[in-house]
Amino acid sequence: MSELKLMKGNEALAEAAIRAGADAYFGYPITPQSEVIEYLMTEQPEKRTGMVVLQAESEIAAINMVYGAASTGKKVMTSSSSPGISLKLEGISYLAGAELPAVIVNVVRGGPGLGTIQPSQADYFQSVKGGGHGDYKLYVLAPASVQEMSDFVEDAFDIAFKYRAPVLILSDGLIGQMMEKVQLKDQKTRLTNEELIEKYGNWAVTGRKNRERNIITSLDLQSEKMEARVHRLMKKYEQMEKEDLRYEKILCDDADYLIVAYGSSARISQKAIELARKKGIKAGLLRPITLFPYPKQPLFELADQVKGILSVELNAGQMIEDVKLSVEHKVPVEHFGRTGGIIHTPEEVLEALEQKIINNERTRHHKTRESSIL
Amino acid sequence: MNVLDIIKPENQVFCKTKLMTDTALSYCPGCGHGTAHNLAMEVIDEMGISEDTIGVAPVGCSVLAYDFMNIDITQAAHGRAPAVATAIARTWPEKYVFTYQGDGDLAAIGTAETIHACNRGENIVIIFVNNGIYGMTGGQMAPTTLEGMVSSTSPYGREIKSMGSPLKMTELVANLPGVYYVTRQSVHTHKHARKAKKAIQKAFENTRLKKGLSFVEIVSNCNSGWKMTPNDANIWMEEHMFPYFPLGDIKVDGKLK
Repeated sequence: MSELKLMKGNEALAEAAIRAGADAYFGYPITPQSEVIEYLMTEQPEKRTGMVVLQAESEIAAINMVYGAASTGKKVMTSSSSPGISLKLEGISYLAGAELPAVIVNVVRGGPGLGTIQPSQADYFQSVKGGGHGDYKLYVLAPASVQEMSDFVEDAFDIAFKYRAPVLILSDGLIGQMMEKVQLKDQKTRLTNEELIEKYGNWAVTGRKNRERNIITSLDLQSEKMEARVHRLMKKYEQMEKEDLRYEKILCDDADYLIVAYGSSARISQKAIELARKKGIKAGLLRPITLFPYPKQPLFELADQVKGILSVELNAGQMIEDVKLSVEHKVPVEHFGRTGGIIHTPEEVLEALEQKIINNERTRHHKTRESSIL
Repeated sequence: MNVLDIIKPENQVFCKTKLMTDTALSYCPGCGHGTAHNLAMEVIDEMGISEDTIGVAPVGCSVLAYDFMNIDITQAAHGRAPAVATAIARTWPEKYVFTYQGDGDLAAIGTAETIHACNRGENIVIIFVNNGIYGMTGGQMAPTTLEGMVSSTSPYGREIKSMGSPLKMTELVANLPGVYYVTRQSVHTHKHARKAKKAIQKAFENTRLKKGLSFVEIVSNCNSGWKMTPNDANIWMEEHMFPYFPLGDIKVDGKLK
């Protein structure tokens, strides 16, 4: 039976992990995501489903525990917030290199350094541009509601096992901490060890029974082999772009101006375009749900229709680079966003749209400029 | 007597360890790693647990342990093997899980993971090969490098005042209640190797009995890093390493010796 509950984003995520049939969670406290492990420790999923929950001695230990459980084909998750994710990046790079499925959650706070415990989207670069060392990418899901904090857990596991790759849920302190009603999914049964061996015995280290030994490693000292591994990873990322891109278009059909925003910024921007429409401004919102793969083509196409694009992010301007790359200079693109843990209001976003895009000389003369270029 | 009369199966006294692959070892001639690998694989074979054993390889000289050991192995990030092993043991409590780590891996970068896995009393075996140097990266100072010992990063000898004392990780973890068995062995002679094998066997038996963490240190050599012949390295090890890292049991059945 699916249940309707009022929950914090972090709690909804933790409950969703249990219901998704996760085998283990390893974490370490850090604000604003500590409710995830607190909820799990209180809920005792070991009794409910047999799911293992352990508080590690550090974020580093936690991500390496994830690596250990993932090596054996178990469904495993960890969560943290920005400084903690920085610590996990070595392990995340290893997970990508060793081609292991795992779900990592970042409930982002402001940075750099110890920064602030208030919400932020300043880990965009870290999430989609690698973060850790080497040629790898993460499949990145950006929830914009408590409902999506819950729904994306199972989606993330599905993608992680489809590609044998780490998946990141990029949330933030706002969505993690706020309470909303959430429709919880039904409980999924965990795989038995026998079922797991049947499904993943061709790669997972479960004990060498009736087969050759399995080895999990990210090391290839032979350059040709290492290059082949990198090519294999790139193929996965290409396939993700083809098959698993997710985005949402809101009021885009007749839009003259476009806001691009994800996560909590998308929620705020949705209100902003409603305010804009009341003033007679035809504004639309493109919300990337996956940040990698990025909705490049939809943006490229919208750039032929709109006069200007505002990238709204709770940071100093990070995703704007991908917006610009996607639209290939077809229209002016500007950034708006508060930092330091301050959350912009819909009114501020609308004001920024008017000032930076609508009343911008470049936008107003854009069509002329474009024809002169052509 | 014809030699062919002697070479008969009933006269065989030793054969290649069954769980070692045919891959040529990447270790330097004279290095103790090969023997330590053999002993671990002999124990796992003799206990009949090869299909239920999951190994965790470190970063260091033995990073390629999975090339030589014919069992399932996952290779951990530098120092993190005890955390990796923790998760495997927790999610597969019926399996035998062991880490195989060097002194740089276990006693420097992995100190936190080692201490906390020990403190939680994870039901795993840690095999700790201590040769007082970073072998893989070319002979740099390790946490276990002896006072005055020359390495590429202590070219004038390890100076205690500025570089600290060689770390006795084994004594340190022996004091933690979660640790059930702690011993220090060596593998440089047949006699020592036989004792070390017994220790490794006891460690895996402890896993079978779910007794918690067993910690087997093997004091070993690094003739390449120490810049000695294999034989000189073994003599130097006996004269210098053993006085600081004395061989023998430190904790048995949960009780300090």
